[in-house]
Amino acid sequence: MTTISSPAAPTRSPQRRSHFALAVLAAGSLLLAGCSGSAQAEDEDATPQDGGTLKIAYDVDPTCLDGQQQGTNVTLNVTRQITDSLTDQDPETQEIKPWLAESWDVSDDAKTFTFHLRDGVKFQDGTDFTSASVKENFEAIQDLGAKASLGQTYLDGLKSIETPDKQTVTFTFDKSNAQFLQATSTMSLGFYSSDTLAKSPEERCTGDIVGTGPFQVKSFEHNKSIELARFDDYDWPSSIAEHEGPAHLDGIEFSIVPEASVRNGSLLSGQVDVDFSVQSQDEKTLEAQGLGIASRPNPGVVYNLVPKLTGNIAKDKSVRQALVKGIDRDQLQSVISQHQAPATSVLAKSTPEYEDLSDLLAYDPDGAKRLLDDAGWKPGDDGIRVKNGKKLSTTLTYWQDAPFLELVQQQLREIGFDLKLEKKTTAEVTAQQAEGKEELTFGNLTRADGDVLRNYFGVDEQNGNARKKKEKLDDILARTTSTLDEKERTADFTKAAKILIDEGYSIPIVELSGVIGTGKNVHDFKYEASSRFQLYDTWLDGER
Amino acid sequence: MSLRYLASRLAQGLLVLWIAFTFSFFLLYWLPGDPVITMLGAGGELQSFDPAEVARLRAEFNLDQPLPIQYLLALLAVVRLDFGTSIQAGTPVTEAIAAALPPTLALAALALGLALAVGIVIAVAATLTRRPWLRDTLAALPGLGVALPTFWVGLMLLQVFSFRFPLFPAVGTGSPAAIVLPAVTLAIPLSAIIAQVLFRSLQNAWIQPFVTTFHASGYTRLRLLLRQALPVALLPALTMGGVLFGQALAGSVVVENVFSRQGLGRLAQTAVTGQDIPLVQGIVLFAAAVFVLVNLITDLLYPLLDPRLRAARRKFESTTGHTLAEAADRENATAGVNPAGSTAESASTTTEGGRS
Repeated sequence: MTTISSPAAPTRSPQRRSHFALAVLAAGSLLLAGCSGSAQAEDEDATPQDGGTLKIAYDVDPTCLDGQQQGTNVTLNVTRQITDSLTDQDPETQEIKPWLAESWDVSDDAKTFTFHLRDGVKFQDGTDFTSASVKENFEAIQDLGAKASLGQTYLDGLKSIETPDKQTVTFTFDKSNAQFLQATSTMSLGFYSSDTLAKSPEERCTGDIVGTGPFQVKSFEHNKSIELARFDDYDWPSSIAEHEGPAHLDGIEFSIVPEASVRNGSLLSGQVDVDFSVQSQDEKTLEAQGLGIASRPNPGVVYNLVPKLTGNIAKDKSVRQALVKGIDRDQLQSVISQHQAPATSVLAKSTPEYEDLSDLLAYDPDGAKRLLDDAGWKPGDDGIRVKNGKKLSTTLTYWQDAPFLELVQQQLREIGFDLKLEKKTTAEVTAQQAEGKEELTFGNLTRADGDVLRNYFGVDEQNGNARKKKEKLDDILARTTSTLDEKERTADFTKAAKILIDEGYSIPIVELSGVIGTGKNVHDFKYEASSRFQLYDTWLDGER
Repeated sequence: MSLRYLASRLAQGLLVLWIAFTFSFFLLYWLPGDPVITMLGAGGELQSFDPAEVARLRAEFNLDQPLPIQYLLALLAVVRLDFGTSIQAGTPVTEAIAAALPPTLALAALALGLALAVGIVIAVAATLTRRPWLRDTLAALPGLGVALPTFWVGLMLLQVFSFRFPLFPAVGTGSPAAIVLPAVTLAIPLSAIIAQVLFRSLQNAWIQPFVTTFHASGYTRLRLLLRQALPVALLPALTMGGVLFGQALAGSVVVENVFSRQGLGRLAQTAVTGQDIPLVQGIVLFAAAVFVLVNLITDLLYPLLDPRLRAARRKFESTTGHTLAEAADRENATAGVNPAGSTAESASTTTEGGRS
């Protein structure tokens, strides 16, 4: 589960004053605290050393370095080092903690959010970070429109931004928007200097960005490397960081190494310090050599099959329910990484509002067959069920690296469901999904907040099931936007997840976890709450 | 060199470019997928698309126009040397290509140099040796070189010379040593093509009467081969300039991926998977232009290097007025070294190489 190669250290920094009584995430935090551990037995007392360049081997080119625009992991991992956020989310307890905002107040209806900013924060070009910077950044994100792939959902319904003084900024939404507080902790709502905002989105993509973060962009060459250098004046780390002042590392160098075996060989031979994407067959080798494995499930919606009610087969509730019952999730463990887990809900364990719903996801092939029999789907000569001359067969197109789907295919064949798999490029799959003609889609959505359910399945949002009208599910999801009480939110998101499974709107399969290999010389390699890395505390020892 | 000949060759070149452009345009158009959705959905995870925003971006890239209009607009832009901006990266296509070109050029140049050296050594050794088993072995090497998958060769070299014995860096274009393994990998299929063509034409030259004459007057086999037969045999190899260039470019797609090198091949690969239409077309046009240019230069150089062609052209043009291309064809047919046969040979090698 939450395995981080560094000692999972408790928050040591002084807790800052907060006007807002922080809602403690009871259920979720207890669960997570219970499952965190450390992959490497490291000396807890080791003193961090300054200096050195951390070499990270990426699998794909980020194409664009601007995290306000791009939503890919490869981009956001870089952006996290360049920009800071108003708040930070503790990856252990999931609590929202102070960062560039020392404190905040939220109105009871969750429509008005006031942040009190820290003094003395500067951009890497020497200009001051003030409430005006917050205002112009968030307005710029709104102006980006669809190009701000994540930011636009976070700022949905933002009516006005007031800046009564240099240290205070107030956001007013036209409807309740509880998810906004967590959103302020993401790098998608990070800050750039005025000069950067004056540039075109395309220029910013090329790495022409100046933030307030502990590292600044030195160079970005497509398909080659991204070089970051330490920002020496940095002195405003998040309240959950383990040290103060500038970062330990002199710099970070991401190189783009598309071949998995080359990344692995480079890590083993010490040519790079971090392999961003370890193949499951290489995990054993790395561990045998005493190298670290870092892994944390992506919070949010797990890898799941999402039936579209517009489909001829998927509109049949019995079929959808049979799909939920027809998958043996425990068996899937044999084909996925040992650091990855089968789904136990629609939400991944690392999501704050997660609750274990594995009872609803038990393997029950007989139950599935019964459902299909009763609905009139009778086994044909080839074992595939047929109803009114129509075969229980559909094609799933996907682009993800998801070899476990082949086992799912075999399992579903047992109950007479013929799932044809077609792996295509991202371009082809997204375009096909935009057309909306398929019966099933496959995907996930990363976000360290349960609001991801509303975003993915809500009838007024992305409406993954292509439902025609509002139902109880939407009422429950709407209710979650108006309270910041985590107990209430967790209860409601769990209700929503139960409905999603009962109705067969979501067929959860496995959690998504990136598996990262780290060299023996790498210490305190950390994940933040949305499972992207945070390298401010990371340090290298002299040995290789 | 007549201007008329040059003009006709340039016109042919432009025709090739136009065909390459048109072909790639329609091929990309008919690929399933939508570049705008791809650009917005770069995250891959489920995302919603504001239809108005999608429409605006489609208009920005002229994707909302009917196909013939899109084609004409794109063609017009290219004629004005405006290659547009990369959809994915937002940088001008020309800039992206210019940035990727130097590492690929360095790689291709080094690989070609290596290939030429190795190819010549193999062909000369195979011609000179009196031992049939050695000749057969050497003559079989080119086939093997072309058959070895570049991908596999690259990974093997990395395993041995970078991971096991840390002699060369595995990743990147950073240090001068980083180019060695990729260049060797790329040189293998290229040297195979050169060796094969050269071996055939050396064998042809070897049975020419002048060789027998020189041999009779006391030349050693080696001296005779290097001084007399090799220059003659190298000429048909020169005609393969375009083919070798194409092979080097195709090979760079694989080699640059295995060795994580920045370059044109890598750029082409990411542009195609990302459906970055302007960038793919920019690369196609660039490659076609260089191909045309390389062929033109070889054809222009050919008569300069082969005195028989120079004389023939003068005689031919004064009596007929036909173009040199035809004259060269005719001349080749009668020339001792039989380049026509070699060209056919090189064509068949290319198809083999294409599979690697």
